[in-house]
Amino acid sequence: MAAADEVPDLARAGRPRIEWLPYLLLAPSLVFLGVFFAYPLVQAFGLSFLRPEGGLTAEHFQRMLGDTYFRGAITNSLLLTAIVVPIQVAIGLVIALLVNSRFRGHLWFLYICAIPLAISDLAAGLIWLSVFTERGYLNTLLHMVGAVREPLTYLSAEQPVWLYGAIIAAEVWRATAIVMIILLAGLQLIPRDYFETADVFGAGGWRKLWHVTLPLLRPSLQTALIIRTILAFQLFATVITLSGRQVPVLAGEAYFWYGLYRNPHVASAYAVLIMGVSVVITWVYLRALRTREEEVAG
Amino acid sequence: MARAARTALLATIATLIAAWVLFPILLISLAAFSSRAQLYSWPRAIFPTPPTMDTILFFLRAQGVWQATLNSLIVALFTIALAVAIGAPAGYALSRFRFPGREGFRLGILATKMFPATVLAIPLAVAYIRWGLYDNLLGVAIVHTALALPFAVVITTSVFIGVPMELEEAAMTLGCTRLQAFLRVALPIALPGLAAAAIFTFVLSWNEVFAAAILTLHNRTLPALLINAVAFAGAPLDYRFAGGFFMIVPAMIIIFIIRRYLMTLWGVTIR
Repeated sequence: MAAADEVPDLARAGRPRIEWLPYLLLAPSLVFLGVFFAYPLVQAFGLSFLRPEGGLTAEHFQRMLGDTYFRGAITNSLLLTAIVVPIQVAIGLVIALLVNSRFRGHLWFLYICAIPLAISDLAAGLIWLSVFTERGYLNTLLHMVGAVREPLTYLSAEQPVWLYGAIIAAEVWRATAIVMIILLAGLQLIPRDYFETADVFGAGGWRKLWHVTLPLLRPSLQTALIIRTILAFQLFATVITLSGRQVPVLAGEAYFWYGLYRNPHVASAYAVLIMGVSVVITWVYLRALRTREEEVAG
Repeated sequence: MARAARTALLATIATLIAAWVLFPILLISLAAFSSRAQLYSWPRAIFPTPPTMDTILFFLRAQGVWQATLNSLIVALFTIALAVAIGAPAGYALSRFRFPGREGFRLGILATKMFPATVLAIPLAVAYIRWGLYDNLLGVAIVHTALALPFAVVITTSVFIGVPMELEEAAMTLGCTRLQAFLRVALPIALPGLAAAAIFTFVLSWNEVFAAAILTLHNRTLPALLINAVAFAGAPLDYRFAGGFFMIVPAMIIIFIIRRYLMTLWGVTIR
């Protein structure tokens, strides 16, 4: 974003006056986001906290809390996020460092690793379904090497570890790319001199990574963590394609409450819960990973 | 010697990761060209024997698929038109002017990236029923625009920063108005970047599942039709695999076309 700060200062040329043009140009975005973004956000609270005939109520939240799927949904959402996000950050960091080392063919490597950016959670779920379904590629492979005779069932509530594993595999495969791109953009902002200086002082590869790269990469790591964690709570189509409702998750329950039970109030309660969790987690990350000025020179 | 070993190690890791990304795509492609009988047989062969178009044709002929594909394309085109028409002026303003509230607007735009479809779709569905936009393709395109707008603003900002101010100023000294200078000088140079923003918007809209599923009933987009078939209608495996394959092909071609803009689109850091 450094380039954006070097904008020529048109408005200050000549005598000080208010330049209306930029505000005019921003107006459509502001109006649009006001009507179709801010309004529904407020409306989500209205739907979940108000009675249809008026007056505050906790009834919709009580229904949500009392639902048989609720406990599972919140547990699964938290657990899957806690497992998936660190793996994504680790693999994303490895890929970003590899690309940034500019080995021969690194651009092709980058494009290949970026492919999942174009693949929806739904398609990713279907792709991994072809692997984990009973007559899928995993069983076929195991049969070929003689490990199984009859197909094993993986995507069943009786095999929670496999079921979870399939969802994790699909999510890590699909959404590591976005972490990688954010970290790579951050890596490219680090001036080369830092590494040269580290070389002069005789720092080895690992020490450079630990003492130079990672501290300088902190803002990007923070962004990647926030975006990925928030998106992990939107997890929906991957889980439905792989498990149906055997692994309920928060966004999936919002979908079922609206699409199946036609109850926008409880569905909104789920939406508000997702929003609340996202805000809390963002706040925690921002505090825990606060960029300290003395560590990031410049 | 140590250097050669290091290079070999890096090459191995890179190859493994690339294989990990590509392999599942290969598998779904094989599944899409296998017959239904083969997909349900045991023991199963990995390669389709023989390769067949039956599975893909079965999917394409299934009820609602053509209409949903058409709907998806219509929604994506509406979304592109709206996102570029609304987002590009904001991007231009951010790239050319420094004004009070600029940083606030940029932060607000970044923040909108963080509340995706899940939170917006349900309250909007209720509002749409009142506004007559429920089960309406324009309604879906509007939500997709709300999701795509932050990206459209960010990429158009960077595109216009790449177009030298001096060219526009020169045009204005030669007698163009501000608008003419923009239309005749800045816009033609910015077109490839704007096209990338449009293409990215297409991918976002083409792939979006949640809002499309919530906001439509009969006028399904392709992802909405698919998730409904999977979640409620118990679609057979061949339908699912052909559907998954059919969804990823255009998206993959497109990501290759806009590969140069990957960093601008996603690589944004909050500072």
